[in-house]
Amino acid sequence: MATEFELNGRAVTVDIESDTPLLWALRDDLDLTGTKYGCGIGMCGACTVLVNGRAIRSCITPVETVSGASITTIEGLHPDGNHPLQKAWVESQTPQCGYCQSGQIMQAAAMLKDFPDPSDEQINHAMGGNLCRCMAYVRIRKAIKLAAEEMKGASGNKAQETGAAANE
Amino acid sequence: MLKKILGGLIALGALVLAIFLFIAWESSIDPISPPAPDSFSQEQITRGELLAGLGNCQTCHTTDPDQPLAGGRAMPTPFGTLYSTNITPDPETGIGQWSEEAFARAMREGVSRSGSQLFPAFPYTHFTKMTDDDVSDLYAYLMSRRAIPAEPPENTLEFPFNIRLLLAGWKLLFFEEGRYETDDSKSEAWNRGAYIAEGPGHCSACHTPRNMLGAEDAGNAWEGAIVNNWYAPPLNASNHTPASWAEAEAYQYLRHGGSPLHGVAVGSMADVVHAGLRLAPDSDLRALAVWLSDLAQASDTNQAHESAASAIRTVHSTQNPSAMMSEGERLFTYACAACHYNTPESPNTLRPDMALNSAISAPTPVNLIRITLNGVSLKEGMPDAMMPGFSEALSDRQIASLLGYLRSTHTDQPAWTDLEQQVRDQRP
Repeated sequence: MATEFELNGRAVTVDIESDTPLLWALRDDLDLTGTKYGCGIGMCGACTVLVNGRAIRSCITPVETVSGASITTIEGLHPDGNHPLQKAWVESQTPQCGYCQSGQIMQAAAMLKDFPDPSDEQINHAMGGNLCRCMAYVRIRKAIKLAAEEMKGASGNKAQETGAAANE
Repeated sequence: MLKKILGGLIALGALVLAIFLFIAWESSIDPISPPAPDSFSQEQITRGELLAGLGNCQTCHTTDPDQPLAGGRAMPTPFGTLYSTNITPDPETGIGQWSEEAFARAMREGVSRSGSQLFPAFPYTHFTKMTDDDVSDLYAYLMSRRAIPAEPPENTLEFPFNIRLLLAGWKLLFFEEGRYETDDSKSEAWNRGAYIAEGPGHCSACHTPRNMLGAEDAGNAWEGAIVNNWYAPPLNASNHTPASWAEAEAYQYLRHGGSPLHGVAVGSMADVVHAGLRLAPDSDLRALAVWLSDLAQASDTNQAHESAASAIRTVHSTQNPSAMMSEGERLFTYACAACHYNTPESPNTLRPDMALNSAISAPTPVNLIRITLNGVSLKEGMPDAMMPGFSEALSDRQIASLLGYLRSTHTDQPAWTDLEQQVRDQRP
């Protein structure tokens, strides 16, 4: 069955079983492999993407349920891969193996909309569902705070706008 | 002597039957040719459309979105299944042959054009309160819709509930015909809200439990009830959510589909908000909010915010370090908190807080189970936001642990029983 939605700013159609998880539509049918498969039951956060600007676990989201929605994956977060979070990730040398990082970054991007100046406690709770097997949590938290600083400082919140271009 | 008594009894029985038939008998109103759509003014049709929305006609009378108001929706009742009727102006299968007089009689008295009694699943018990002008506008709207030939399936009521004449007896017990009466001790906005809620909106049809004979139980008005496998929570002070339904909260919920101190509209209520009230003017929704917050004996908005913050703080203070978490708390931390965590002072409608939600404090877990299993679609709740369901991800036991954890830590209500079995029962 054909499902239409917007992916990183362009209209796409996938013709697959309507209960196929969005994750597999993205990876197998739309060739965007930045979104990762972790647990398959919404418990680890590796597959996090934005649906209309809000983080969801794509592994438990049937593709038919996002019909008409606007999806942002790590590939579409910023046109040049320079979202404040991505820059902060590099600057603070956050990733180790890197498998969880696209999910971490997408979750963090969504979180910063709700908590633009996040405390440790807020980060711990809102990011608690994104597991990192390498235990890079301390640096993940540091990177999020770095990015939050930049986004706050950016005049007219330009950085946030580009990052969320497809999300509004 | 015996013969005389017997004869007397038979005569008395016949007399009672005759009186009953006299009361129950309703004449047929002559059929008409469907009025031309341009026989109604556009203003009248527009007002009628608003009323159809306030009354949420489409939820019960539409099954296929491409065939609006053509009926056929199954309504399971304890007495069998009823199917909603076609209320498009099709002359054969809809109400095309109904004069305005016949339509008004159906709305006010629950009698079909042919004279047969209508089942009270059609809430004429509420519509009887509508003004003449409103009934007339609604008629104009319905009669100017596209006529769709569609015959609903036959009702499958059990004997004797399938005898329509007996409904005349039901009416003697439970139905009072009459217009809405203004309460002069209340404000104009309150009265407008009460009129919408009790008249066209028929809110208590879902939010008030019903008695053995399917009538709203007046002694338990607004106490909440299960309808179509959703729990419609109490609208009065029996609602156990920490924050009360202050006016501003009620307005936001009705206008946008969610409020920060409560949660979002799902299931049948999502339809009420997003399809029914979509066109309603702000003034009507504010009036409903005035009426609702009075019914709920709500506090002012500041107090509601304080109660909410305090409830969230209490939950945060009971959280365990990860090594000491129960299965339910662990599941919540990994699968739910990313979206449902809030700072106590500023809960976000897009992050419905589980400490504040009526699904958690309700006497039945049915809403929470259904949402956990099936999620919240883009069409429900807040516009453009969704929650995926966990039916494939979590086992019955895991969901039971999660919900049990929420119930015991996020409310002061007694534990739900047989949770695992109840989860199993709600799986498709």
